[in-house]
Amino acid sequence: MKKNFRVKRSKHIDETYKISFKFNGKLYYGFKGDTLASALLANDIHLVGRSFKYHRPRGIMTAGSEEPNAIVQLHNNSPWTEPNVRATEVEIYEGLEASSQNCWPSVNFDIGGINNFLSPLLPAGFYYKTFMWPASFWEKYEYFIRKSAGLGKSPTKPDPDIYEHRYIHCDVLVIGAGISGIISAKTAAKNGFKTLLVDEKPYLGGSTIYQNSEYFKINNQNSGSWLEKEINEIKKIENLEIKTRTSVAAYHGYNYLLAKENLTDHLPIERRKNKTRHKLLKIRAKKVVTATGSIERPLIFDNNDRPGILLSSAIKKYADLFGVACGKKNIFFTNNDSAYETTISLIQKGINVEAIVDNREEVDSKLIYEVEKNNIKIFKGHTIVNTYGYKRINKISIMQLSKDGHNVIGSKIDLSCDCLGISGGWTPAVHLFTQSGGKLKFRDEDQVFIPNIYPSDQISVGACNGDLTLDSILVNVPKSLKDFLNIKNNVYENFDVLSSHNNSKRNIWLLPSDKVLGKTNSFVDYQNDATAKDIKLALREGFKSIEHVKRYTTTGMGTDQGKLGNMHALGIISETSEAKMGELGTTTFRPPYTPLTFGTIVGRNVGEYFDAYRKTPIHEWHVKNRAKFENVGQWKRAWYYPKNNENMFQAVQRESKAARESAGILDASTLGKIDIQGADASEFLNRIYTNAWSKLQIGKCRYGLMLNEDGMVYDDGVTTRLGENHYLMTTTTGGAANVLGKLEDYLQTEWPELDVYLTSVTDHLATISVCGPNSKKIISEIFPSLDLSDKNFPHMSFKKTKIGKIHCRIMRISFTGEQSYEINVQANFGKSVWEKCMEVGKNYNITPYGTETMHLLRAEKGFIIVGQDTDATMTPIDLQMDWIVSKKKYDFIGKRSLYRSDTIREDRKQLVGLLTDNPNEILEEGSQIVSDINKSPIEMLGHVTSSYFSPNLKKSIALGVVKGGKNMLGQKLIIPMENKKINVTVTDPVFLDKENKRLNA
Amino acid sequence: MFLINCPFCGDREQSEFKAGGEAHIVRPKQPTELSDDEWAEYLFMRKNIKGVQFERWNHVHGCRKWFNVVRDTSNDQIKAVYKMGEKPPT
Ligand SMILES: [Zn+2]
Repeated sequence: MKKNFRVKRSKHIDETYKISFKFNGKLYYGFKGDTLASALLANDIHLVGRSFKYHRPRGIMTAGSEEPNAIVQLHNNSPWTEPNVRATEVEIYEGLEASSQNCWPSVNFDIGGINNFLSPLLPAGFYYKTFMWPASFWEKYEYFIRKSAGLGKSPTKPDPDIYEHRYIHCDVLVIGAGISGIISAKTAAKNGFKTLLVDEKPYLGGSTIYQNSEYFKINNQNSGSWLEKEINEIKKIENLEIKTRTSVAAYHGYNYLLAKENLTDHLPIERRKNKTRHKLLKIRAKKVVTATGSIERPLIFDNNDRPGILLSSAIKKYADLFGVACGKKNIFFTNNDSAYETTISLIQKGINVEAIVDNREEVDSKLIYEVEKNNIKIFKGHTIVNTYGYKRINKISIMQLSKDGHNVIGSKIDLSCDCLGISGGWTPAVHLFTQSGGKLKFRDEDQVFIPNIYPSDQISVGACNGDLTLDSILVNVPKSLKDFLNIKNNVYENFDVLSSHNNSKRNIWLLPSDKVLGKTNSFVDYQNDATAKDIKLALREGFKSIEHVKRYTTTGMGTDQGKLGNMHALGIISETSEAKMGELGTTTFRPPYTPLTFGTIVGRNVGEYFDAYRKTPIHEWHVKNRAKFENVGQWKRAWYYPKNNENMFQAVQRESKAARESAGILDASTLGKIDIQGADASEFLNRIYTNAWSKLQIGKCRYGLMLNEDGMVYDDGVTTRLGENHYLMTTTTGGAANVLGKLEDYLQTEWPELDVYLTSVTDHLATISVCGPNSKKIISEIFPSLDLSDKNFPHMSFKKTKIGKIHCRIMRISFTGEQSYEINVQANFGKSVWEKCMEVGKNYNITPYGTETMHLLRAEKGFIIVGQDTDATMTPIDLQMDWIVSKKKYDFIGKRSLYRSDTIREDRKQLVGLLTDNPNEILEEGSQIVSDINKSPIEMLGHVTSSYFSPNLKKSIALGVVKGGKNMLGQKLIIPMENKKINVTVTDPVFLDKENKRLNA
Repeated sequence: MFLINCPFCGDREQSEFKAGGEAHIVRPKQPTELSDDEWAEYLFMRKNIKGVQFERWNHVHGCRKWFNVVRDTSNDQIKAVYKMGEKPPT
């Protein structure tokens, strides 16, 4: 027999639009407008999941983003799968497939449920206490914990959806489109502010929009009807942008907020194609109005977690908005008037309410009188002491409360039911306010935290500010907006309000039971299965801080961040430790308010856009010629060019030989290039490099070493004097941006009097280096009119020339020790000039080489690479480069540090050459260097920084840094490896052509 | 993420800027005349205040200008910005 739990028609639900969906493999129907939760409830399904620790059956508890239990996995085993989705927020669509998580093999029969019977053995801190010892067992424990715990399954396939980021700037952001938010948005927009109104739900109006009761009226209309008219009006305001399905995830300082706008999750999967799924809105608002409302509190009593137990406000919403009855025999348990409000809604719709259990004694309330008129039994001054029914509640036991509320008295009464609505009053949703750095204060009369000190230009209004009734909202919201927005004209005149609540509440954080606490299961945090007795145990074990209790008991640590139970945890701690609530403080609410998918966070920065890379103008040629690439900073650099199945070693050996025997060609475009101009350019170079620059002639090049102020080598490169007041500096590939930044810093802050202008031209120029004994012949064929004689164009000089109409700057400089020419051309000509070099060089076996060969060739010459042979602890003296440090210059960056007591130590690590006794043994870069292997502990003298097999010297060569290495020439040292020791001899770092004969060969 | 009011460009996102440490530390005019201790004082010693701090910032992804910021490190409130060479506000 099909039970129908759909009651009176609701405006929100389109009953002509039937939607089929699957839950745990079974087909169900709902209507357009339903959430997964409302559709399941309409099908009389409450049991949707199992709890995290005890695997207790759990049902839908709320109707919003605060849901702790009804979290499901969507579209399991598909690329669209998503875990930890709240069924209360999923809008159903044709083809939706949802399944329970955290249960195996099924939600109805769950093996982990055994934990429930073992629960006396699983107290607070159980994981910490049990699984920690012995440490070596952790791997075994982890296997079982992971199998039985876990919240859903993460997708294994790439995310097929598109995500975007959007920046929004507005005058006023209003968060939450309940009655307070609507009033705020209209007030702001009507006063000329560019306003943005966002709400996480697909509709506007919060809980007032479905309020259709004679007991709550605004200007003589039902509050819901009044608000509907307001909404229709604000939709027409031009300077008001409204975004539904948009949840604010984070509220940072300076009114910077992140919100997720959900664009396709409510559509059938086939209709999502090519559409943006989520937009991450990065909102910078001049002013923020937080109107996030409040969340109903549960009540804490024994077995308060059974399927069929819902918040009273959720039952009202399911009835009023979705037209769904959560049960046919409803009972409410309350400490305030809210449950009566729900009861009146249910009576209106003909849904049966059996009884109300109210922990208060006599209360004078119009709502209560209305309920009594309908002959519904009210048990005043009573509390629930237990509930029954494993997969669905079927009975409760109640007892009378003592006057002080500490004990139960009299005899037990049993009442049968299929649904229990609970209401413990309301908690203002201050999460975003505290995220922004706001400080709360505690209001004793109704035991709530409300905003107190605002850290930025913002205000909280309505329920989230502690105005929990219709009349207080309508009085206070317009008033606070007037001050906050500094407006002259009120948009709203005084309201004529009917609000029938009696505001009394009997707050008892942990309701008493006829059992001892240790025998109860009174859940405080439903998702993480933390109970009242766990919290009390934590306090007994000495935990005092709320943050410690939270971590020890895991209260508030689920995906819902304890939106329901945090206040009760605090209350129980306060009562037990006799500390005042206001002094305890709350735990920290951290972003995101509700979980975000990774896709939303990364937006379009996926695939090749995840970490953008830079290509040289000649890149395509390297790709075509099958270069292997290496990442250098953000650049892709040609690493080596394997031919005929060569491995890297073979390719590099071939390239290195060719460069020294005939000709090699290297794409050096990635080198940093800075154009320096101004009357004081020479003086500037004098101050930033260790050597002297004033006497460098126009048309000449010089190598320079740049230090940090602490004397350590920072960067190096060749700088060319192009004119009287014009230089072109080159830097290392990785150091370019930092060097420019450093030079600008000195110019702007220390030496603003210098007339110097810096321009980064790295991307403007392509740099092609042709080296080797035949390089001169190749260059002369390309530039026939250029006089390449050593007299006219010697090493370390520069010429301006042309190929056709292309301007070229040629520097005769060398990083390989071979005669070599660097051609600089405008970047867009780079590839054609490179191809010209290849074509002309064919007769000389010109061989393209990559960074690996470049490193090998320079190592043969003992040239350093900053960042490989140096780290931030090497001075030029440590590098045996004393020759480049000017003794005459009065000052340069880092000079004073070169004779600090520490930098002049003789036993600093110094750069040396290392030769292995076995010339075929190649050292591993990074290996430690020691002298005495029998000493304990072994003294580490240094490490190998560069190591290659030199095809030109036919032996392995290495550079390294060794303590006091400068004075160890010829000494034997040891490189201890895992299975062997390698004997090496300390040498000069220059292995090849010490006399520099090849430069002018 | 805070907004910084670059004295040359106006309010911009923090992500456009680079922090440059304590402000008003002047490079000695004659470093060679300093003792090791005096030089070390300039080189290494920096304040790390909880509260109002004078800092250098660089609009590195903007106008690339260096300037000074007075920031309360306890709540990130920026009290003032001013150009290099200008007197710090009191
Ligand atoms: Zn700027």
